[in-house]
This record gives sequence, structure tokens and C-alpha cells, in this order.
Amino acid sequence: MKIREIGELLDAKLLTGEDGLDNEVSSACCSDMMSDVLAYVKDQGVLITGLINPQVIRTANMMDMVCIVFARGKAPTEEMIDLAAECGITVMCTKKRAFEASGILYCAGLSRKSEAKDA
Amino acid sequence: MPDKVRFHFDVDGSDFSSAGAASVQVKKKLRQLAYPPEIIRKVSIAMYEGEINMVIHANGGVVDVEASDEEIVIVLSDRGPGIPDVDLAMQAGYSTAKDNIRNLGFGAGMGFPNMKKYTDYMRIDTEVGKGTTVTMKVKL
Ligand SMILES: Nc1ncnc2c1ncn2[C@@H]1O[C@H](COP(=O)(O)OP(=O)(O)OP(=O)(O)O)[C@@H](O)[C@H]1O
Ligand SMILES: [Mg+2]
Repeated sequence: MKIREIGELLDAKLLTGEDGLDNEVSSACCSDMMSDVLAYVKDQGVLITGLINPQVIRTANMMDMVCIVFARGKAPTEEMIDLAAECGITVMCTKKRAFEASGILYCAGLSRKSEAKDA
Repeated sequence: MPDKVRFHFDVDGSDFSSAGAASVQVKKKLRQLAYPPEIIRKVSIAMYEGEINMVIHANGGVVDVEASDEEIVIVLSDRGPGIPDVDLAMQAGYSTAKDNIRNLGFGAGMGFPNMKKYTDYMRIDTEVGKGTTVTMKVKL
């Protein structure tokens, strides 16, 4: 799935990283615990979170993630957006809750690589 | 890849918002030096966990990174409270972090096990009341 489609599916507002919109991602992770993201993420390209602090951006950078979606309409600070731009990460925010956003993306095929799409 | 490059950072323990900034810098530099992506990923995760620990548990410290064509060595030193029981601290899920830390997204007790997982060598020298030095190596 292209990052652009994630934005469309979640009715999300793009905050930075327009250049990355055509990048392909195949899986995502949803967490407010950066400790867990660091310990369990393997090749998930997208992070969905409700946590707002610069460590969200830095954690995604360490894990080579390419897109962050802030859920529940939470807005990252200017400083966080600048940091993400510097790290080449696409950032958007959606009014949907993290659970709902995850469900929508899962149903659209994200993180379901090994399953048939209509299974 | 260069013969040997060294980086030094002072990690401010009083300002959580800057925690992890040194690791972002190191990652950027290792990319410029054209280290393989999987090596950079291991170094990034291990150093970042150590840097965050230094801020949340030890009020800051210093980080030294030495990168050569054989290995990358990361040394994190602090003058924090030290670790009374290293074996216990190494266990997955063990954490002394309080709710204020968990609200920031850390304190699951996964940092040390993760640092061990992503490095080829890890050593913790610590003395209660004096401080802690964590040394890690990632081989190329
Ligand atoms: N530099 C340090 N100085 C003093 N104590 C430390 C230091 N680093 C770690 N510790 C102690 O070791 C424990 C385990 O550390 P570890 O990094 O595994 O987990 P955590 O930091 O509590 O949570 P997480 O890393 O998952 O966010 C900590 O809770 C703390 O008690
Ligand atoms: Mg830790």
C-alpha cells in the first residue's frame, strides 16, 4: 500500500513528508509504548500512536520506519514536525482513534501480506 | 568506510525532550559513512536504549562512539545511582520506572534485553552511588 492511500483511508492531514507519499509499505504497528516499538517492531514501516513527544519521531527513525500517524486528532509540535522532516519521515494526523485507524488499515490489507486479501 | 572515526556527546539529564538526539546524530553520520543498513539499525537501537536509560535513570552522562571497518563500539557513562542487581536489571520486563516515565512511552523493562539482542558484546560496569558504564560492540 502506498503511504498516500493510508492518508486517504484515514482522512488524515499531512503534516510533513509529501515526498514520501508514493513509498510502499506492507505493515504497521500501533502503540503508545516506545519501549515496545523498540523491542518488537521488525519491518513495520508505519507507526500509529496517540503519544506526543519527540521520542516518537526518534524511535521511528531508529527503527527505519517511514510514516507516523498521530491518532485521535492529537497534533505533534512544530519541533516534532521539523525533526521528522529532517529524518525523512512522513507525518500525518487523523481524528480517528488508534484502534479504529488500525482496523481500517488492516481491513484494507496492511499487515496481511501472507493472507488472501478477501479471506 | 573509514579507518576509525570517533563521536562524543554530552547527554543532558535535565531535559527529557532532547533524550535520544545523540542517537539520531550517530545514525545520520553512520549513513554518511556508508555503513550497511542492518549494522546501522543495530547500533541505533542499542545506543538509543542506552541514551534513554541515561536520561530517565541516571540524570544524563556522556556517550562515545568509535566506528571502524571491523566494529562499532558504543560506551555510555553516567554518574547516576548505579544498578544494585545487574542480573535482575537484565531480565525482560524488570523496570524501576514509575508512571511518569511510562506516560512518556518508556519503562517496559525491555531496554537492556534489547541492547543485548542487537549487539555482539555488552558489558555493564556499575557501582551503587557512583554510576554506570555500558559498553557495547557491533561487529561488521
Ligand atoms: N544508566 C542507568 N543507571 C541506573 N539504573 C539503570 C540504568 N539503566 C538501567 N537502569 C536500571 O535497570 C532497569 C532496567 O533497564 P531497561 O532499560 O531494561 O528497562 P527500563 O529502562 O526500565 O524500560 P524500557 O527500557 O523498556 O523503556 C531500569 O528500570 C533501571 O532500574
Ligand atoms: Mg530502558
